[in-house]
Amino acid sequence: MTAVAAPARRRRRRGDGRDAWLLVLPALVPVVLVSVYPLAQGILLGFTDARAGLNQAVHVNGVDNYTRLLGNELFWSSFRIGLIWAFGVTILQFLASLGLALLLNLNLRLRWLARTLALVPWAMPPVVIAIMWRMMLNPTYGPVNDAMRTLGLPGDINWLGDFSTALPAVIVVGVWAGMPQTTVTLLAGLQNVSPELHEAAAIDGAGAWQRFWHVTMPALRPVAVAITSLDLIWNFNSFALVFVLTSGGPGGETMLPALFAYNEAFKYGNFGYAAAMGNVMVIVIAAFLFVYLRGQARSRES
Amino acid sequence: MTQTLAPPSPPRPTVRKVAEPPARRTRTFTRPLQYLALLGYMVFLGFPLLFLLSTSLKTPRELRSTDSSFLPEKLNWDNFGNAVEKANLAQAAGNSLYVAALTTVIVTVISLPAAYALARFRTKLRGVATVWILLSQVFPFILIVIPVFLVLKQVGLVNNPLGLVLVYTVWCLPFALWMLRGYVAAIPVDLEEAGAIDGAGRLRVLRSIVLPLLAPGLVATSLFTFISSWNEFFFALVLIQDPGLQTLPLTLARFFGAEGQVQLGQLAAASLLATIPSLVFFLIIQRRLTSGLMSGAVKG
Repeated sequence: MTAVAAPARRRRRRGDGRDAWLLVLPALVPVVLVSVYPLAQGILLGFTDARAGLNQAVHVNGVDNYTRLLGNELFWSSFRIGLIWAFGVTILQFLASLGLALLLNLNLRLRWLARTLALVPWAMPPVVIAIMWRMMLNPTYGPVNDAMRTLGLPGDINWLGDFSTALPAVIVVGVWAGMPQTTVTLLAGLQNVSPELHEAAAIDGAGAWQRFWHVTMPALRPVAVAITSLDLIWNFNSFALVFVLTSGGPGGETMLPALFAYNEAFKYGNFGYAAAMGNVMVIVIAAFLFVYLRGQARSRES
Repeated sequence: MTQTLAPPSPPRPTVRKVAEPPARRTRTFTRPLQYLALLGYMVFLGFPLLFLLSTSLKTPRELRSTDSSFLPEKLNWDNFGNAVEKANLAQAAGNSLYVAALTTVIVTVISLPAAYALARFRTKLRGVATVWILLSQVFPFILIVIPVFLVLKQVGLVNNPLGLVLVYTVWCLPFALWMLRGYVAAIPVDLEEAGAIDGAGRLRVLRSIVLPLLAPGLVATSLFTFISSWNEFFFALVLIQDPGLQTLPLTLARFFGAEGQVQLGQLAAASLLATIPSLVFFLIIQRRLTSGLMSGAVKG
């Protein structure tokens, strides 16, 4: 796509720049109006004392929001929960999806069924996923506790209502909900792994584990880096699933930063303060994105 | 969950003539393990869906009894009818359909020329667009939603489906553009040039050569946009307050909070009904979606 220099193409070249702009314009207008401009305003809002309500005077208050945030222990505990959630879900998701993708890449029977099942969560609204899992995890009628009882384990655990189990339970639901994207991407990446290399390694006497580690993984690395980083971003910013599952409870044990900022803005009306929280979240995510881009650039070089 | 990783793929290239003895020796005991792992995944992924389905078909009496079996005694469809009535599902589905369909049309119409430009012209735009597509994933919704809320309020688009359409359009655009650009890039430029040499004008080339080849990609992209807007919750939660204007996810969440916890069967039925459209669409496009995502990703 890049190295085409046919005469017909060169003849067009002069008008290319303006043509491209014209073609992009219809998409550009809404993007600037509803994405770029609000984003810029949102970042600035983080340096003001804006509040909900009509005719509220807005003052720029510099870094006041951030010094206040520094002392806000609830926010930092929510931040810590958000990082545990994002990393927990992303890592488990990656391991589970990698296993599934490897299995789907084999010629197993019933593969079509597993493949379809693996895609279904993608099509489900997060609200429905949350409702379904709240039923699954219900302490009295939920089948998870039923199964525990059958196995002779304590079967009266209030998964989403107990301090010690709420966050792990929510993380499992997050893994379930996010597996499709990761599995599909890894599966597509696996199809780029050269079978010849595998054969050569097998002939040279490499065991299955060695072949996985030295042939499959290096070929999969760029795709794996990309999808785990995207997963991390998506998970850190995720909202609907946990909002319906627990609304941040019990006692703020699953209060993700997105939920926290939402409450600050639309429950208490502190727009400026909530935007400041958003800014802090962006900086953290940007740090991860930086690592991601650098990691990708490095793997491309080698 | 990690132990399922244990059986790594033995060399089983699908149709290649491989006759390596070491793999055959290991297969005798790795195969059952692989099937066991696959079964584990299918239970983890599939059981919640079966449970939802079985709950939706149970009578309230069955649901109340503590020792009822997993399968319903008989297929009882009352929950579906009751759920539609009580949760006001028909109206919510209508709102969702309106918002999702309008969003899909707008996104498709504006992303088609833009995707073509990004795939075919080598201008600075390409870099800018890529950066924007990446950035749009990074920023938390909260930063965007407050100013959007304030702006839309000024122009009277809060509590208005059209405001939601506007937000969804911009929200779905990065991904649609990304996918569609991949599909355009997959069409050989030579074909267009051949058309041009044969005397077809620019528009003719686009209409007779590019558009037909792009049709599967367009279908996949538009269905994906539709599903995304159909399922979206956060923006709807902030921008829509009037119960009569609520989309399906909002209505479900509200029903869940109000009486769904008591009327389990109806709640399950309502959840299933809300999932069916996107599920059907998804099963139609699943193959195209995969290839579209990858071509978009690889041809960067």
